Amino acid sequence: MSAVIEADRLGKRYRRQWALSDCTLSIPAGHVVGLVGPNGAGKTTLLNLAVGLLAPDAGTIEVLGGIPAAGRAELSRVGFLAQDSPAYAGLSVADHLELGAHLNRGWDAGLARGRVERLDLDPRQKAGTLSGGQRAQLALTLAIAKRPELLILDEPVASLDPLARREFLQDLMEAAAEQELSVVLSSHLIADLERVCDYLIVLVGSRVRVAGPVEELLATHHRLSGPRRDPATLPDGLEVISASHTDVQTTLLARTSGPVLDPAWTVSQVGLEDLVLAYMSQGAGRRRRDNHHLEVQK
Amino acid sequence: MIEFHLDARSGVAPYMQLIHQVRQALRLGLLHEGDQLPKVKDVVAGLAINPNTVLKAYRELEYEGLVAARPGIGTFVTGTLDVVPQAAHQPLRRDLQRWLSKARRAGLDDESIEALFASTFRSASEEDIA
Repeated sequence: MSAVIEADRLGKRYRRQWALSDCTLSIPAGHVVGLVGPNGAGKTTLLNLAVGLLAPDAGTIEVLGGIPAAGRAELSRVGFLAQDSPAYAGLSVADHLELGAHLNRGWDAGLARGRVERLDLDPRQKAGTLSGGQRAQLALTLAIAKRPELLILDEPVASLDPLARREFLQDLMEAAAEQELSVVLSSHLIADLERVCDYLIVLVGSRVRVAGPVEELLATHHRLSGPRRDPATLPDGLEVISASHTDVQTTLLARTSGPVLDPAWTVSQVGLEDLVLAYMSQGAGRRRRDNHHLEVQK
Repeated sequence: MIEFHLDARSGVAPYMQLIHQVRQALRLGLLHEGDQLPKVKDVVAGLAINPNTVLKAYRELEYEGLVAARPGIGTFVTGTLDVVPQAAHQPLRRDLQRWLSKARRAGLDDESIEALFASTFRSASEEDIA
């Protein structure tokens, strides 16, 4: 399947600081893709480059096969929800819809009106007085009523309460099902991502640590625990993502290419959260190495 | 019409949970031939889950011959699973209770009982396959 976002050695610099450097990735179409990584990994910069709000200082990025925001056609195919779902505080809900209708060629007025009614938003209310959840829903309405092929969301639910978060994700998934959208969203909330995403990318320090269909990631990663052993003596086909040792025990989170047959290992499933954290701390380097015993003591 | 739910902590893949719930509903007689399964869009909007998860579950059920998709209309039940009559539950439950008290008298605690059951169950189903 073709890629919705394709980056090649992409970089963006603020003054002398590189916010994103040497980032190469390919995001396939037809998925709801979760982008996770620690703060400062370059997620927001990457998404802003993808929608053309920023221009690259190095490398290239293509979105739906073209240069981001190169013209009207490109703009109309991509919807974007920036962090904290910004809205014009002084404009009413109805004003926002009118603005959307004027600025977007493919605007679906019926869909927008229908959503506002269903959400029970007062069209005359100023956006500045909406609750966080309502504002996010208004922003989502604008983003999907333009009928994009690709919807990009930067931390869409981070500031919402659990109920507003669930409602937002319900509506997002409904739109994804109905409009056959490709969706890319960044989030720290892995439990949410586990429900809504079928493809995951872990980005640490501008680099993709792991990417793939969620189901495949879960099927190929396992936790192994057994008697302490020298990491050099591990069998082939076992890629260790994280390891911790006590004087008697070794616990690994590993990517496996086939079943682990050695009976010395107790093999168990890993959840998505542990999997992501293992890759994230792998990127964090040595600072965790002193905490050998952490995992075993839990 | 049945309604799906998800247990995020069960460790069972969401699409498998949907399949189990359809099979369960067939066994319990909540779903009959000709009944419609919830629309993908409605499941997705209700549970806030990925559309592909629901599609995968429905495809799998279709492969098992339990449901059939009618394009543009929905997915309908076409097969049946043996409904386990409630009457059969009672004697089985009594046997199980007897076995449980026996296990307790033998000094097994809850955890050991669960482990023993799980491992016996597993090896029994493996023998079934073999």
